[in-house]
Parts: sequence; C-alpha cells; structure tokens
Amino acid sequence: MRREKWYHRLAVLGMAGALAACLAGCSGGAMSEAAGSGNSQTSAQEAQSGGDEGGASAEGQAAGAEGDTIKVGILHSLSGTMAISETSVRDAEILAIEEINAAGGVLGKQIEYIVEDGASDNATFTEKATKLLENDKVATVFGCWTSASRKAVVPVFENDNGLLWYPVQYEGMESSPNVMYIGAAPNQQIVPAVDYLAENYGTKIFLVGSDYVFPRTANSIIKAQAEAKGYEIVGEEYTPMGHTDYTTIINKIQAAQPDFVFNTLNGDSNVAFFKQLKDAGLSAEDVMTCSVSIAEEEVSGIGASYLDGHLVSWNYYQTTDTPENEKFVAAYKARYGEDRVTDDPIEAGYDAVYLWAAAVEKAGSTDVDAVREAAAGISFDAPEGTITIDGDNQHIYKTVRIGQVNSQGLIDEVWATDEPVKPDPYLSGYDWAAGLSGQS
Amino acid sequence: MAGKRFRPDMTVVLAVCIFLFLAVCPFFLSMFRVSLIGKYMCYAIVALGLDMIWGYTGILSLGHGVYFGLGAYCMAMYLKLEASGESLPDFMIWSGQNSLPAFWKPFANPVFAMAMVVVVPVLLAVIIGYLTFLNRIRGVYFSILSQALAMILSVLLIGSQEYTGGSNGLTNFTTMFGQSLSSPAMKIRLYYAAFIALVVIFIICRFLVTRRIGKIFIAIRDGENRVRFTGYNTAVYKVFVYGLSAAIAGIAGALYVSQVGIITPADVNITPSVEMIIWVAIGGKGTLAGPMLGAILVNALKTAASEQFPELWSYFLGIVFILVILFMPGGFVSLRSIPGKLRRKFAKTAKEEYA
Repeated sequence: MRREKWYHRLAVLGMAGALAACLAGCSGGAMSEAAGSGNSQTSAQEAQSGGDEGGASAEGQAAGAEGDTIKVGILHSLSGTMAISETSVRDAEILAIEEINAAGGVLGKQIEYIVEDGASDNATFTEKATKLLENDKVATVFGCWTSASRKAVVPVFENDNGLLWYPVQYEGMESSPNVMYIGAAPNQQIVPAVDYLAENYGTKIFLVGSDYVFPRTANSIIKAQAEAKGYEIVGEEYTPMGHTDYTTIINKIQAAQPDFVFNTLNGDSNVAFFKQLKDAGLSAEDVMTCSVSIAEEEVSGIGASYLDGHLVSWNYYQTTDTPENEKFVAAYKARYGEDRVTDDPIEAGYDAVYLWAAAVEKAGSTDVDAVREAAAGISFDAPEGTITIDGDNQHIYKTVRIGQVNSQGLIDEVWATDEPVKPDPYLSGYDWAAGLSGQS
Repeated sequence: MAGKRFRPDMTVVLAVCIFLFLAVCPFFLSMFRVSLIGKYMCYAIVALGLDMIWGYTGILSLGHGVYFGLGAYCMAMYLKLEASGESLPDFMIWSGQNSLPAFWKPFANPVFAMAMVVVVPVLLAVIIGYLTFLNRIRGVYFSILSQALAMILSVLLIGSQEYTGGSNGLTNFTTMFGQSLSSPAMKIRLYYAAFIALVVIFIICRFLVTRRIGKIFIAIRDGENRVRFTGYNTAVYKVFVYGLSAAIAGIAGALYVSQVGIITPADVNITPSVEMIIWVAIGGKGTLAGPMLGAILVNALKTAASEQFPELWSYFLGIVFILVILFMPGGFVSLRSIPGKLRRKFAKTAKEEYA
C-alpha cells in the first residue's frame, strides 16, 4: 500500500522535474518570439536554439530562397468535396514548376514545391496557409478554389505578408495586396455573358445558384445590371451545396418561361440539375442556360449529352486556338494521361506559376514586396493568349469567351472580345454597380 | 480503514502530465506549433464536456458542434464588429445589408459577447434537453435528434448570409480588447487563456464526478429506470449535465475562434460533431483525462499525417481509428492497465518461484 503511493508520487515528481529542466534549458520557442516581437529577425534566430520546430522555421528568412532552391507552397483541397476540381489545378501548377525547373529554374535556382491539403475545409486552409508561411517560409503560395477558402486564408497572407496566386474566377469586390487574382473578375465573365445572352436570346432571366457567397454576389451584380439595362429577372432560386432535387425549380422555370437561365450552381448539384432538366424534356433549344462554374472538367463529370448545346462563359477553353495552348494541352496530356482535359482554372493555375517566375526574375529576388512591385504590368503568352497583370488591383487582363458545349464534351467558342478586357473587380466602370461594392 | 487502500487515480496522473506538457510547450515549440496546440486544447475542452454527458451519463450527443459553434459565433460577432470599426462588417455590405441588424448591436460589447458565449449554448441546451429528456426521449432517438440539430444550425447559418456570413463564416479579425490578434504576445496570452480554461474545467468536471451527483450520472448511464424508481428525477440531472456540456463547448468555441481566426458553418455541421465523439472514444470515455488526451493526440496526428502525406492522410487516419477500436476498445486510457497487469504477472511468477 505504501509502496504504491510512493511509486506514483515518484513518477509525477520525476515528470515534473524533467519538464522543469526542459523549461530551464530551453530559452527559445514561441515564448521568446513573444518577448522579442519587436525584432522578428533576432527572435527567429533565438528560436533556432530552442528546438526542432523553431530551428527549422528560422532558416528561411529570405522568403524561402536559401540554398540553391526556392520553396513555394501549393495549397489545394486534395480531399473532400472540392478535391475533384482542385487536384487538376495542382497538377497544372506542378507541370509549370517542372517546366520552369527543366529550363533552368528561377534566378538560377530550382523551384521546390510543398503540397498541402486544404481538405475542402476553411479552418484547415487557414492552418495550412499558416504552416506554409510561418513554418516552411515559402516564397509564395499557389492555391485555393472556393471564395470561402480564399477569404479564410487572406488574413493569414496579410498578417505574414505572403503572396497568394488565386487561379479561379470569382465574384469580385476584393483586392488584397497579398493576393494575385489570376481568374476572371465579374466584368470579365458574368457581366459580358449576361449582355451577350440578353442580346441573342432575350431579356427574361431566371437565376439559379448554390447558396453561398459567389452565386449570391454574382446574382446581386446581375440584378443591378438587369435593372439598369431593362432586363427582367423572372425568378431567383438558391439551393444548399450538394442539393440534388431540382424538380420544383425546373417546374418554376417552365412556369416563368425565361429566355435563358443563368446558372451559378456549383459541384454535384449541376449533375442533378442538368439530368433532371433533360428528364423533363427540356433541351438547350427549349431552355438555354449559361453556366459560369462548368468547365471541361465538370462537363466530363456531368456527361456531355446532358450539356450539349448549353452555354458557358470563361476566358479559356481546351479548344482555344493559340500555339501556346497546343503546346500546353499536349504537355498536360503527356504528363497526366490522354483522357485528361484542360480548362480555365487549370490554365490559370499554370499561368500563375509562370507569372510569378517572371516577376521574380524581374525583381531579382523572391521578397514579396519586390515581387509585387515587379509583377505590375508583367505579360505572359499564356495558352489563352497574352495576359497582363494590372498593377492597380493585381488582377489580370483577360479575353472574355462565350462557349457552347459540344457533343464530345469540349467547348466551342461562339463569341469573344477582340482584345483582353481590363479587370474591374469592384465594377467601378459601371454606373449601375455603384451600390454593390460599398467602396465607392 | 482496513479494507480501503489509497490508489492514486491513474487518470489524474495522466491529466497532470498533460497539463505540465501543455504549460511548457511555448518554451520550446515555434509559434506556429504553439497556436496549433492552442487549437487542440479547445478541442480537449469540448471533449471534457462530451465525456460528462456521454462517458458518465450515457447520453450520446452527435450534435455538439452546435454548442461549440454558437459559442464561437458569439465571440466572432464581437471580433468582427471590433475589426469593422465604424463601418458594417464586410459580408453584410456584399450581401446587400444596409444597416447593422439589431441582434448584432450588443455584441460590440466584449462583456456581453463573452456572457453570450455561455448563455446562448446553455439556453438552447436547456430547451432541447427539457423537451427531450422530460419526454423520455433517449438513446439512439436522442442521438438522431442532436444530429438533426447540427444540420439545422448549419443550414440556417449558410442560408442567412446577410446576418452570419453564409458559408464563408466569420473571419478577418484584427484585434481583441484593442490588442492585435496576430502579435506573438497576444497569441501566447490566448494560449494560456485556453490552458487555464482547460485546467479549471477539468477540475470542475473531476469535482462533479467524484461527488454524489457524479454517482447519479453514472447510475443514470447504467440503469436509468432504477434511478427513477429510487426517487430521483433523472430528467433534471440530464438537463443539468447537458447544459453543462453545452456551456463547456461554448467556451471552447470562443477560445477556438479567437485563436484560429475563423468560424464557418462547416465547423458546426455533423462531421465535426461526430469527430468530437471520435476523440472521446479514442481517448477512453468516462475518464476525463482520456478524452482530453484523445482530442489532442487525434488532432496532432491529423496535422502530422496531412503534412507528411497530403494525399493519403485521411486513409492513414482511418486505419489508426480502426486499429484503436479493434485492439483498444477502451481507448488510449486502457493502456493504464498494462503496468498493473505486468506487475500482477511478475508477482505471480515470483510467487511461483518462491513456492
């Protein structure tokens, strides 16, 4: 009885003693970072003496450029609902990095990439972004897809002065100095698409979307645009992400008799929506739709027969006729398989890496502030044509293309702007959008 | 006291070890790791609350993300208002909201927000608990109900984007009580705030389960009808423990959102709620220290695995869960019986040798 009491007490005491010794011996770690927060350089060096993590993190002070490699991060969802879309973008980014490395790298150094999984979960995106910036000290990060994941990591990038290259079209109303927006702003996708359809199909519009920030913001833009231009919104419906029963909405569409449906559904819901549309006996000739979240990758998932003849709006298609695109599609298929398709976000991810590399070469450094400054005005002969970074808002000059899905599951361009359109994330060039941004 | 021998409870020893480790973490880990452990501590706090209702009282709640989320949202509303200053929160602007909704206004006051962190979850838990336990809804029916609750709240949060930020959730906070949230000093302070909350809540839970009320909880778990027949109103005890666990989850949520800087409807939904149950099961329910250990270890493993194998980590984690359930049905804590078993075995062989 007494022995047991003694035995356990000793164990506790021993443990406490060991920890106290550890405490005394370790002067580094987060505690010293907190104490010396005025001077992050020295505190990081102190942390190096402290232990494994501190040591690893202290090395890459020059924004991931120590030694003969430059570290960059790739942050996409590789698991969860978004994995199906985001893994392809990751593949394109890796392809671009490999091509640049084969051509001699950046500033004479090879690019080393660290892949992290955002797991389709915003809090995980925050955690992994912090890890890449603070622990791995990467020079830059390519990543994110959903607006929610972008909004989740932007505070991290702003705090740590990182640089995120975001490859997807989005709803606009944002311009963080720590993000490069490689996808379309609303004036490069949504606004011209609505005008094109109103001109060619009629002015009665039905809005269908998933219930989250992109469709809601996109539709509030369309409603303002409709009011100014005299288009009529005959219906507006939202369904939760992953919703699969569209019979009610299809009935409402039939009752409202719109000239076209503007579709901002995302993910699995599109499969259900288009299948049920076809089951209801409605082809593209009966009800024309225009989608902004369906690209070649999604077409192959939904099935080309369901989408045959429907319209989409993007800046790039696999069929886009440029010599650069021919090379890109061939390289992508050679690397990842003949059955793979390329699409707009995949191409934007690929462009992002090249634009970053060009900015680093111009700046002569991987320092975020220098790269940001150098990036303004940089051009790249991308598969979609020549694209240029707008220094004012860190978006891209892009050509707008309306496409029609064909029976092979590819998308044929039916209309395009003559030249790249200046990005306007806050739609400040449109009088009717004055009330939307809250910034004017 | 001839028959009663002093046995230091191994789970308390384990808890003390966990606390000692957590207390010294900031001295040798980098800030990034410390913030991660700070997050795990919030999960450990939730696990304590869940252990009270599931491990001790036998109520399986598959919707505790609701209370965690409510606490987190209450805190986040304060942080969001502080970050927005005089103007409207950003998501209200892009959702077409023109003025601050009335129910947001009091959250500008940090004291009110912190009170709501506890009051809102407890109020909901008491209402739900009162309606279900008094009507003797229990077992799997209660679990299904609690799961539906998680679903409802997350749909509600997504659907009312102009009030809650929709699926983006609430993020982009800058300061708390006027202090920058991103400064290392503030991060350390929040870490220790979570640490102190964990220790205090552990002590309260430990106090309760070693008193008579704890015995009634266990009795309800093991034979509710018998407890009722002996004259106890079990519903009252169940409502109390359910409310307590909701309050604990709410506090955890508030600490979580101030450290992690984001809360979304995805953190409130069924999946995270079930994950919370996994922590408790893996750690060893009905031991308090076990669920704490489970929450910390499972999440540390999740982080480590996803950093090492970004593509395969979820399979890896699944295998670990299966192995633990197969070979350690009592959770990590069942390892505590190994020294005793060994000792007995040695004692036996020694006796045989002397004989």
